[in-house]
Amino acid sequence: MCGATAGGPSTDGVDLTQESVVQGVVHRDGQPVAGAYVRLLDASGEFTAEVPTSATGQFRFFAAPGSWTVRTLAPKAAVVDRPVVAAKGQIADLHVAL
Amino acid sequence: MSTETRERVLVDADWVESHLDDAGVVLVEVDEDTTAYDKNHIRGAVRLDWKKDLQDPVRRDFVDKEQFEKLLSARGIGNDHTVVLYGGNNNWFAAYAYWYFKLYGHTDVRLLDGGRKKWELDSRELVPDVPERVATTYTAKDQDRSIRAFRDEVEAAIGQQNLVDVRSPDEFAGRLLAPAHLPQEQAQRKGHIPTAKNIPWSQAANDDGTFKSDDELTKLYGDAGVDFGKDTIAYCRIGERSSHTWFVIHELLGQESVKNYDGSWVEWGSLVGVPITLEEQP
Repeated sequence: MCGATAGGPSTDGVDLTQESVVQGVVHRDGQPVAGAYVRLLDASGEFTAEVPTSATGQFRFFAAPGSWTVRTLAPKAAVVDRPVVAAKGQIADLHVAL
Repeated sequence: MSTETRERVLVDADWVESHLDDAGVVLVEVDEDTTAYDKNHIRGAVRLDWKKDLQDPVRRDFVDKEQFEKLLSARGIGNDHTVVLYGGNNNWFAAYAYWYFKLYGHTDVRLLDGGRKKWELDSRELVPDVPERVATTYTAKDQDRSIRAFRDEVEAAIGQQNLVDVRSPDEFAGRLLAPAHLPQEQAQRKGHIPTAKNIPWSQAANDDGTFKSDDELTKLYGDAGVDFGKDTIAYCRIGERSSHTWFVIHELLGQESVKNYDGSWVEWGSLVGVPITLEEQP
């Protein structure tokens, strides 16, 4: 399974104590943005994963512990980079404003 | 490689828009998550599900020649059509389908540069209407094994040929087993094939999913120590990202002896007795 489901993977049936989750919501003027592209870049800036946001503007990654950058691309918007630290068993939650 | 040569394998969004009503062109959206197509797609595009349509339902292998013929015939794709593939995930699955169409000998197949993402970021038209196409009688060729590598050949290539691991550095070094948008619970071993160079597929693409220029691509593989005087095998986790790199090296850069190891890490990391390396790239 390698396809990116909108919003990222479901947590159903996943043992979250073993995952380092990076997730969040993309907003524009207070409204969630569906279909934005959110990329997860590693500490060296290398691409690791990408998902389109869900209908409610959400995205999620199962990362590894460490420092990451979340890069958001959307139509008619500048690219937004947000640093984030992931830790095992924890959920890092971001709010990205375009 | 000249611009003209690039156009024979890669078209941009403007080209697609100007050929939307061209009866000789069939647009095909390829994804695993087919809900994207259900919602909307480029006008006139038909759908291929890389797993349901292109994989054998029981064994881990492709559909055979007859099944491929039946599939394309039912989709209304003929041998003389120009097939333009596009999809999500930066064209991973579209590139996989491209390689697959080449495997079965389709003459004129091309990728939409940037795929669905670039199309969406440009705010171009997407429609929900599913086209009705007249069925054809498609004739496939026998698989072209000169572009497909199997495990024994990969083992023999260690230290001899270019092995290009196109996964992310974290997967290469064994910190992750899969791309980070997927759960990581899997049983096989982590790491990479000894002597493989880690050149992530993403380094061949821009943020919007379009391919980098030929000059940038030549520099990318040259700087990473890939010697095009040797044969090359690309692999990833299940063979779709390495199709993207196979497309770059074989189709855009015109290197002749390039194979995609579609068994990839899911096979290698589960084989008994084969060597595995965990070290980071020096």
